Amino acid sequence: MCSGSLKALMAACAMGALLGACQREERDQRPSPVASETREQVALTTNSAGPSPPEIRVSGKGAKYEASAYDQSQGKKYYAWFNCNGCHSNGGGGSGPPLMDDRWIYGGSIENIVQTIREGRPNGMPSFRGKIPDEQIWQIAAYVRSMSGNTSSDSAPQRNDSMHPHPSESRTPPSPPVNGGTVAPSPSR
Amino acid sequence: MVALSLPSVLTGCERWPDALDPKAPEAHDIAWLIWTFTGLLGAIWLAVVIAMLIAIRGGRRVAPPAAGATPLDALALHPAGERSRTVIVGVLGGLTALTVLVLTGLSYATQRSLFAPRQEGLSILVTGKQWWWELQYEDADPSRIVETANEIHVPVNVPVTLKLEASDVIHSLWVPRLMGKEDLIPGRQNVKRVFVTQPGVYRGQCAEFCGQQHAHMGLLIVAEPMADFERWRDRQRAEAASPSSDEQQAGHDAFLKRSCVMCHQIRGTDAGGRSGPDLTHVGSRMTLAAGTLPLTRGSLAAWIVDPHGVKPGVDMPLTKLEPDELNAIAAYLESLK
Repeated sequence: MCSGSLKALMAACAMGALLGACQREERDQRPSPVASETREQVALTTNSAGPSPPEIRVSGKGAKYEASAYDQSQGKKYYAWFNCNGCHSNGGGGSGPPLMDDRWIYGGSIENIVQTIREGRPNGMPSFRGKIPDEQIWQIAAYVRSMSGNTSSDSAPQRNDSMHPHPSESRTPPSPPVNGGTVAPSPSR
Repeated sequence: MVALSLPSVLTGCERWPDALDPKAPEAHDIAWLIWTFTGLLGAIWLAVVIAMLIAIRGGRRVAPPAAGATPLDALALHPAGERSRTVIVGVLGGLTALTVLVLTGLSYATQRSLFAPRQEGLSILVTGKQWWWELQYEDADPSRIVETANEIHVPVNVPVTLKLEASDVIHSLWVPRLMGKEDLIPGRQNVKRVFVTQPGVYRGQCAEFCGQQHAHMGLLIVAEPMADFERWRDRQRAEAASPSSDEQQAGHDAFLKRSCVMCHQIRGTDAGGRSGPDLTHVGSRMTLAAGTLPLTRGSLAAWIVDPHGVKPGVDMPLTKLEPDELNAIAAYLESLK
């Protein structure tokens, strides 16, 4: 009798734990329409002319996107919709630099990537300010980070909607990113 | 009594996606099948109920046990009664099997004719997306290919082939007054034939759960005489009308400057995005957002300013616009007849 009720209690606990596990993350589907873009003060390199490194001040918004599976899979979709793959291919690079290696010309933190997409960069990268809503720029940047294994495989995109030459980001082996030559250490990390 | 009166109440509903009001041969076949099944099975059900009532009311006269009889005598077999009961049960069993066989045969024959592969007449490529329908009128001459969304115009009394594909998840096309359901499956092409006999506007709906806004994934089939259809098709082929007022010009400029241009195409302008619906002639459509809103200037503005208020979870983002840009864009889009 006692062991029976103990079993029932354990089953109830297990069920509660299972149900709790259903809540993976909150999806913020309706961001504020009037929210202005965040002003991140990022540095492109840790090199500095003076004795102290460049000052970096970030809003911390990036951590939310890097931990969110929804945001990264949205970013993956927009990556194809907005023709990022026209130049960067599926991360391997084409007329634009590859994104799946460990070499970041303009910094590899999510704030750096957001800035690169928003402002554009010399020699071909156009500015998407005003064209892509801020929310989506952050989502694309989080996806770009996931290409080189820089976000957790728990949240990296799960499924390829179209034909890709590689498995989905969450199924790529947890090896370090492809070596891309000289490494500029990410300043914000 | 309630059960008997329910079908007549249901047919009394004059809502427009009505499978019992067929306007195409295929829908006629399906409606006929529905009525045959309902009629035959209803008659059988009624007969069973009546037989049961007679049995209950009539009762069975049981003779009082004879003097000196043991309780076991009541269970003794009476050969004559047994034989008649065996015959009754046998006949009823046979009739049941016959009913099942006949209905299965009818159902199979109708299915066979519905799904027979035929390809003829006008062919339209329908791609299901979350949550709208992309349409491409195919033609051997590339300059006659027409792209539009959510509103299928077809000529009456001409067979139309719908080639059904999907680009994200499984959808299903169902226009109750014209045809049965057919799935749109990523990675394969299903073919559906439509033959509309009566001009009119028919509402269709996605019939396979495809995500949060599945219920708001509608479409219209507009059947019209051949001459009208050809006129419509020529108009759709043309490039977008250029803005005819200052407000429309401002809307045109804002459309190209803001995020609209990333996803939508307006042929004849620089807007060439392919991931949202083609807006070249959006003003000529009857509805907006896959049958969700009537297409008016007001609903265009409401949809642009807050798509997630109308269809939560939709891919169209909230776009930051200046206040005077919203009205101008709505005016410009409305003018794209």
